[in-house]
Amino acid sequence: MADVRFRVWRGNASSGAFVDYDVPVTEGWVVLDAIHWIQAQLQNDLAVRWNCKAGKCGSCSAEINGKPRLMCMSRIEDCVIDGTITVQPMATFPPVKDLVTDVAWNYTVNQRIPPLAPKPPEADGTWRMQPYDVDRVQEFRKCIECFLCQDVCHVLRDHQTWAFGGPRFMVRTASLEMHPLDTGSRLALLRDARDGLGLGYCNITKCCTEVCPEGIHITDNAIIPLKERVVGEYFDPLARGLTRILGWTREPRT
Amino acid sequence: MAVPYTTSEHDVVVIGAGGAGLRAAIEAAQQGCSTALICKSLLGKAHTVMAEGGVAAAMGNVDSHDNWQIHFRDTMRGGKFLNNFKMAELHAREAPDRVRELEAWGAVFDRTADGRILQRNFGGHRFPRLAHVGDRTGLEIIRTLQDKAVHSGIDLFMEMTVIGLTKDGDRVSGCVAYDRKTGEFHAFTAKAVVLATGGIGKSFRINSNSWEYTGDGHAMAYRAGAELIDMEFVQFHPTGMVWPPSVAGLLVTEGVRGEGGVLKNNQGERFMFNYIAEMFQAETADTEAEANRWLIEQQAAVRPDPRTAARRPPDLLPRDEVARAIDAEVKAGRGSLHGGVFLDIASRRTPAEIRRALPSMYQQFKELAGVDITREPMEIGPTCHYIMGGIRVDAATALSTVPGLFAAGEVAGGMHGANRLGGNSLSDLLVFGRRAGLGAADFARSNGSVGQDPEQIEGFIGEVMAPLDRASGPGPYEIASQLAASMEKNVGIIRQADELELGIAKVAELAQAYRSVRVVGGRDFNPGWNLAIDLHNMLTVSEAIARAAITRQESRGAHTRRDFPRTDKQQWAQVNVTIRADADGLMTATPTPLLQMTPELAKLLEG
Ligand SMILES: Cc1cc2nc3c(=O)[nH]c(=O)nc-3n(C[C@H](O)[C@H](O)[C@H](O)COP(=O)(O)OP(=O)(O)OC[C@H]3O[C@@H](n4cnc5c(N)ncnc54)[C@H](O)[C@@H]3O)c2cc1C
Ligand code: SF4
Ligand code: SF4
Ligand code: FES
Repeated sequence: MADVRFRVWRGNASSGAFVDYDVPVTEGWVVLDAIHWIQAQLQNDLAVRWNCKAGKCGSCSAEINGKPRLMCMSRIEDCVIDGTITVQPMATFPPVKDLVTDVAWNYTVNQRIPPLAPKPPEADGTWRMQPYDVDRVQEFRKCIECFLCQDVCHVLRDHQTWAFGGPRFMVRTASLEMHPLDTGSRLALLRDARDGLGLGYCNITKCCTEVCPEGIHITDNAIIPLKERVVGEYFDPLARGLTRILGWTREPRT
Repeated sequence: MAVPYTTSEHDVVVIGAGGAGLRAAIEAAQQGCSTALICKSLLGKAHTVMAEGGVAAAMGNVDSHDNWQIHFRDTMRGGKFLNNFKMAELHAREAPDRVRELEAWGAVFDRTADGRILQRNFGGHRFPRLAHVGDRTGLEIIRTLQDKAVHSGIDLFMEMTVIGLTKDGDRVSGCVAYDRKTGEFHAFTAKAVVLATGGIGKSFRINSNSWEYTGDGHAMAYRAGAELIDMEFVQFHPTGMVWPPSVAGLLVTEGVRGEGGVLKNNQGERFMFNYIAEMFQAETADTEAEANRWLIEQQAAVRPDPRTAARRPPDLLPRDEVARAIDAEVKAGRGSLHGGVFLDIASRRTPAEIRRALPSMYQQFKELAGVDITREPMEIGPTCHYIMGGIRVDAATALSTVPGLFAAGEVAGGMHGANRLGGNSLSDLLVFGRRAGLGAADFARSNGSVGQDPEQIEGFIGEVMAPLDRASGPGPYEIASQLAASMEKNVGIIRQADELELGIAKVAELAQAYRSVRVVGGRDFNPGWNLAIDLHNMLTVSEAIARAAITRQESRGAHTRRDFPRTDKQQWAQVNVTIRADADGLMTATPTPLLQMTPELAKLLEG
């Protein structure tokens, strides 16, 4: 294969610029391989996060040709445009160095979400959950916390509205609210637009769903049902009553 | 000029935030200890996140014949009887409770038809025993523990690397670390320290491990005076990807075989039938017909009667057996184009079943190799995966041979003996992570405060600053890649004395070069500097592995000697190889006697 020109953003919190590197790529390489090649051969101090190299840990998030993606799951031949690939850090979060951004804010959001409050177990001390009951929450629990959805969401990216928890934490909250064993409620937290999760900020553009490497239907299966629950709880006593009596019946998308 | 550092004080400091470290920190905090948790990556990205196949616990949900005694027996047989039997016993007894506890904290495992936790077959386990979530069990476990931990009042230090353990007399008094983002130093004072730093895979060229696996905990404990045992036992997982080269070594879960996948050579032959060791003959199918009947019985709604059931296919023998068989087939010229063999699930299960049970394997091959595993076989070969050896610990408390220093998870030795069974690591993390947290909390409570010695702290800082100040010298990547190549060639799957000598000499030569290693750039998020620091640990553990390997003059479990092909029933069956530093700081490897098993437990191993 011919050399590919990598335009990589180098810099830190105060300044930065794109630097070009010509990389002799070989068959089967992904973008992360090229970044590692630059790191080992040319620039030992090129900063990048990675762990699994298999799309499982969500460390290697970046913007490839302007699109939020995992570097380890992006094959080079699928990304080259006119012999060039541009790699830059996620734009929503403050730069630390090169491709590494400061994502600590996400961890503080998670801390605000009350954990599972399980109902009492059966007599034998364990719980029964039917396979079809767990399907719905297992979709949400596939999340690898790559924060690519947070990166693309305009509420965070363009408006820097940090009172919004962002799509990742709507997924997290949905995984608890729809957990077959949960007895808690996080609806007040979702609704709270100041110290809570500010669900109302989301205007359902679905950009988050498009970038999720785990294929989680973030908007259709997490955000919209949560919005319906909040509306039911706070504005529509009849819907609330029905939801309580019938349980949650909306069919998730697969 | 002294480099400045900040300080903090805790009852318990836990180093490592994989399954073992998280579970330890949760326990210590629940015991009322002020607890710090330190990790090299972001929270939730430790190796545990990559575990695929499942967590072993004899709950008997799928087959009620299972119980802790059989799990204990399988673990000891898999470990070729070198295991710390007390650990194997506690592990088998307590794993079910630890798994159920995860459910209370929010984990959602796959279910049986009657709503209980589903369990799958895995190599070396007599019954379906692995609780799992598709093939992303590690993600489920680490996320559950992470979410529990952030609500437990633990002080978290992410992207911080510990560079050394400090001591107050004989006792550990804390550790020194640097923040990878800024390069700034921090000294922790602690009444008890738990090491949960995982493994060593980066010492070998082809491996399934991440950049974190440089053996930091093993090396730091050794330097602090702790004993390491069983370091010769490095597990090569039989099924890593071999093509394309950029993903060589990436793990293909044993779950593929648990779900019915079979190994074939380039003649299309199921070669594993030719490699059934005597020890496993009684419980392994010896014809294709019986192996096929096994798969049908496993899928049936009713469990087979154990008296008439088909025996397990040889594809599911313990990992050491399968890795050696693959190695032999490839060397005999019956391998695949890229130097592996074939793993075929496509001809055994329907595409829908494969996608349901092994979604991330399907994804991994489709995206990274362009192979559709529901239609074609996978090309696989052995990859360095796990180290059985580690810090010698007391089974009940996880205390090492150094007061105040505890260890759990992959960094601890003894639990798995000469070979680990799949699924027994995740359960090990939970059982002994909890016990280490308890042990550390007890120790912190019953021992007074410790003094911190600034000279030791400055010593560690000075060492890691030196490469930044050098004007010339070899780069860290160069030394690391030479080390990994030599270890693979000289201390790999099949070993012999002269090659091991070469391996030891190469480590010494590279350790010499390391003294003048040079790093370019500053301290802020500089992977070159980070590697230069970790490299010190890689060199130490590589030496320990090679020295232990040359000492054990027999073949057992994951340790195979071409010059000593037999498994010894006398001398070597009764000892661990112990690594420690002598009075001059030189590394020694000495055989030390195994613990004597109680007669009741010994009985469980018969038959
Ligand atoms: C691909 C793959 C699949 C696997 N599948 C299974 C499976 O299905 N079932 C099973 O039982 N086992 C499986 N294993 C094995 C198992 O996942 C690991 O052995 C286990 O997760 C190790 O856990 P741990 O808590 O000991 O360490 P880890 O999860 O590796 O965590 C180590 C922690 O220590 C930190 N650390 C290391 N050094 C330092 C330092 N110097 N300073 C500060 N922090 C440090 C790291 O940052 C990390 O947080 C698999 C392993 C791999 C690689
Ligand atoms: S759908 Fe909502 S959360 Fe997702 S990107 Fe759009 S505004 Fe953000
Ligand atoms: S929901 Fe998807 S995109 Fe968002 S963090 Fe999780 S895996 Fe990443
Ligand atoms: S390195 Fe883990 S997702 Fe890319």
